[in-house]
Amino acid sequence: MTHMKISMAQALNQALRDAMQADDSVVMFGEDVGALGGVFRITDGLTAEFGENRCFDTPLAEAGIVGVAVGMAMNGMRPVVEMQFDAFGYPAFEQVVSHVAKMRNRTRGRVALPMVIRIPYGGGIGGVEHHSDSSESYYAHTPGLTVVTPATVADAYGLLRKAIEFPDPVVFMEPKKLYWAKEEVDLTEEQPGIGTAVVRREGADATLIAYGPAVPVALEAAEVAAAEGRQLTVVDLRSVVPFDDETVCAAVRRTGRAVVVAEATGFASVSSEIVARVTEKCFHSLAAPVRRVTAFDIPFPPPKLEKYQLPSVDRILDAVDDLQWEDS
Amino acid sequence: MTTVEERLLPSAEPVCLIDQNGVPRDHSSYRLPTKAALLDGYAQLVRGRRFNDQASALVRQGRLAVYPSSFGQEACQVAASMVLREGDWLFPTYRDSVSIVSRGVDPIETLTLLRGDWHSGYDPYEHKVAPQSTPLATQLPHAVGVAHAARLKGEDTVVMALVGDGGTSEGDFHEALNFAAVFHAPVVFFVQNNEYAISVPLAKQSAAPSLAHKGIGYGVPGERADGNDLAGLLAVLGQAVEKARAGEGPQLIEAHTYRVQAHTNADDATRYREDDEVTPWLDRDPIQRLTTYLEHEGWLSSEVKENAEAQAVQVSAQLREGLMPEPEVDPADLFAYLYAEQTQQTREQAAFLRDELAREEA
Repeated sequence: MTHMKISMAQALNQALRDAMQADDSVVMFGEDVGALGGVFRITDGLTAEFGENRCFDTPLAEAGIVGVAVGMAMNGMRPVVEMQFDAFGYPAFEQVVSHVAKMRNRTRGRVALPMVIRIPYGGGIGGVEHHSDSSESYYAHTPGLTVVTPATVADAYGLLRKAIEFPDPVVFMEPKKLYWAKEEVDLTEEQPGIGTAVVRREGADATLIAYGPAVPVALEAAEVAAAEGRQLTVVDLRSVVPFDDETVCAAVRRTGRAVVVAEATGFASVSSEIVARVTEKCFHSLAAPVRRVTAFDIPFPPPKLEKYQLPSVDRILDAVDDLQWEDS
Repeated sequence: MTTVEERLLPSAEPVCLIDQNGVPRDHSSYRLPTKAALLDGYAQLVRGRRFNDQASALVRQGRLAVYPSSFGQEACQVAASMVLREGDWLFPTYRDSVSIVSRGVDPIETLTLLRGDWHSGYDPYEHKVAPQSTPLATQLPHAVGVAHAARLKGEDTVVMALVGDGGTSEGDFHEALNFAAVFHAPVVFFVQNNEYAISVPLAKQSAAPSLAHKGIGYGVPGERADGNDLAGLLAVLGQAVEKARAGEGPQLIEAHTYRVQAHTNADDATRYREDDEVTPWLDRDPIQRLTTYLEHEGWLSSEVKENAEAQAVQVSAQLREGLMPEPEVDPADLFAYLYAEQTQQTREQAAFLRDELAREEA
């Protein structure tokens, strides 16, 4: 039973189920999360198993969903709410920025908000307009929020369990193009905590720093590079906030070269923050400027054009080639 | 069987039990509060007015950054707290300091936000008073969440959620009413309609027949009261709280009152309204009419008056003494409360600030 092949969606579902089983104060709500089980089926079966008081549908109003979660967290609950899609989370932005992020600070720690805002994000699934945004930078820019994003099935389970147990609000970004990716996993295996990045692949020549949906692309690029004779390290951030400077910088110092890979647009983004941090902290270890492979600074394209916007193996390899190698 | 209209529509006129001349009026649905309640309310009104006057004076003396006064709205302020039991919650806005103090919160801690030494000074759990909300109406969904959680836990808590006339235009007002109605949450939404949102008069804010009518679209019963009549407010709000506690779901109450003073000390009301408009409201003062009534009934003994005055003197002395000294602030607090556990980055930035301060001192 411990080893099984499941998808990220199933792992998230199991994490919610186990968290609700473990703690009566955990409640799950949002749009279509009840009988339907969510449009991505992440909450499948939870209402049937735990009843309408524990997993329930709400009116279609995201500010209301997050605002109600704030009040429930104030009154002893651990709410987990689902924003149906990245861009549908924007109506809740004021609640997130002005209240979720600030409540502990403004009350001198007297009112904590242990709550999780789950946001399916990113492209790659052929979604029409407003269904493919990478909105993590908005949240990462806001002090008081914790922002995590899994790239593996095991992390989807482990990080969500940790997010629900976390004493502060967590924005949990789910890479929706990875929802159906299956892995052989042991869910009982302890995963690293929030705030810890993980090296997914070791290689001496350069480091790829990625998170969420960009991680499998970076790993694929590293595989191709290895066949071509270049060994790449791949760091999976897992946690955008808090940021694991130590793991990232150690990898960059080992390799002397780095490329940041992200699916979001690049301007004023998580990827630009990573470049700034690595440059500030590892300048003398760098043999070349840190490069980025990000989306273009344009609105997310319609499905027939999205492949031009998403980071690709070729773009990553081209960026690696550009890292001022002595032999070129 | 009551019709939908009977259940949801507010009274044709705002409920008034003691008119502006201090004369009691009969009402088919509401009764005058008890003598004890009115005398308690009288003392709180006198104290609330003094609180407003003293806080405004302290702004002029530079002891408070700003004070949005509820001068003239004290009946609403006092009634909102008086109808609650211990364990009930109050969700106030920035103009509701008097209500917060009426709930039992320390006056100095109440004014921490407006003094500027921290964002919120009191412990919200001690008296079940949420931090004062500045972004309009955003506290209303929180009120619904607290009420919904209480209901799921089987507690009979009622939540009093305060909002102004301008706040009823915000999306969060509508989302909160709708959620509360669907969840059957025990929330009393209490709109203090003081006719102005900073400079914008009600006519430019809403075309609704009254703000209490806004509940109809959500299936929330609406009622309205004369906002300067403490007796009517206690009756109407008291009944709303009872209904919410009895499981009848959320209630929407609008009080018709008037912001006698400017939005804050930083505002110049002469730019958008005439004195002629303000003057008649001075005759509708909430303290004056209750005083007239109580005197006529022979209930306002010199003992009652002296007791009220003593409480008022005490609160203004408390404000002066508590707010005259420069507040002690600690720059380390800037990082101390952001997360349960500081991040590496906030630890580094806190250390940077500490070093910077140490260098300045050296």
